[in-house]
Amino acid sequence: MSKVEVRLTVNGAEYVRSVEPRYLLVDFLRRELGLTGTHIGCEQGVCGACTVLLDGQTARSCLHFAVQVSGSEITTIEGVSAEASLSPIQDAFHRNHALQCGYCTPGFVLTTVELLRQNPSPDETEIRRGLTNNVCRCTGYVNIIKAVAEAARSMPTGEG
Amino acid sequence: MKPAPFEYVSPETEEEVLDLLRRHGDDARLLAGGQSLVPMLNLRIVQPAVIIDLGRCPSLAYITVENGSLVCGTMTRQMTAERSSEVREACPLLAAALPHLGGTAHRNRGTVGGTLAHADRLAELPAVALALDAELLVRSAGAERTVAASGFFLSDLTTSLREGEMLHAVRFPRAGVHHRAAFAEVGNRRHGFAVVGVAAALEVSKDGACAGVRLAVMGVGPTPVRLAEAEHILVENPFDADILRTAGEAAAQSVDPANDIHASAAYRRRLTATLVERAVREAVA
Repeated sequence: MSKVEVRLTVNGAEYVRSVEPRYLLVDFLRRELGLTGTHIGCEQGVCGACTVLLDGQTARSCLHFAVQVSGSEITTIEGVSAEASLSPIQDAFHRNHALQCGYCTPGFVLTTVELLRQNPSPDETEIRRGLTNNVCRCTGYVNIIKAVAEAARSMPTGEG
Repeated sequence: MKPAPFEYVSPETEEEVLDLLRRHGDDARLLAGGQSLVPMLNLRIVQPAVIIDLGRCPSLAYITVENGSLVCGTMTRQMTAERSSEVREACPLLAAALPHLGGTAHRNRGTVGGTLAHADRLAELPAVALALDAELLVRSAGAERTVAASGFFLSDLTTSLREGEMLHAVRFPRAGVHHRAAFAEVGNRRHGFAVVGVAAALEVSKDGACAGVRLAVMGVGPTPVRLAEAEHILVENPFDADILRTAGEAAAQSVDPANDIHASAAYRRRLTATLVERAVREAVA
């Protein structure tokens, strides 16, 4: 099968690769770029483990072909904080034990980035609604909600 | 699972899109936002030879208010429409329904035309289109036709689009000052697949009675359906609790839902009654 060129800016760095058109964005990130923080869960857009920011907005990386978003800017979990440090959201997840196995966590963190950018002080209902399409199979939702609320309190408005 | 191999094309004009559709016919699938099609590709439920990506065709993404209508180009992202003041003012029912379509990540990428053309039995916008008598603007190479919503949705995942045709845009009538609307649904998640949903579009008279009403329900059959019996009870009456309850009961009696793994037929019937009451009450609140 013939390959196509894909050009993406991921976490600020530009990458060019040749892949099959059917190559999913999540596979491009994990296999071509070695950014394995973006997880593959259901591969049908339901679980949210593969959530990334696509041109600043959350998107399911399992529901896009890499070629389709060529030219875009992507932020993955590896790009939400400087190396060897935690972002305020990651820190709040850490302090509130908001991860157990951790598989869903990158998707929750990126979903939270967008949620708090749009609503810097959400109440609990707004947090629950904002996270409703991310699944935690360990069912650790209570601590995830606590972490998002604490992250909102700890962050100056607009910081993600 | 991963999709089967396909040839990928991303035309930049609508003419090219229609020419590619004409040449490839049923071997091709149009890719809009991909929030329904890509799962089906990943699961190999569909295995088209050619994917025609509409994402690089800017002329298909627009919102305009013209001649008493709101027109949304097929590639208008759902979130763009949801945040549009034109949509809120000209078509409040569409604005009310859009937040129900999926999670934020899905609505960021999903499109107005994509969900209409996909015609999932549990999709909200077909019910909105039916309730508002929307018109679907359909194009093929060298031809154009307009299809009323009542003739567009034929069955689950099936529309009256023919080979070589594409949904170019949808046209909703512009709301007047006496127009009121609400969309109510119940599902297992706030922004996920619904069990049942009801779209209500009303005209309120000066004395607060119902001067006109259009109701559509989804989740009780392979396509959304109008609720003529309930509309008949509401029209020319005040919006009091007894009338609303009677209309809800009439709606429940008029639908014929099936049992499935998500809900029983009896529950869907109860939801139809409850959601008709709720949607009408919210619309006139």
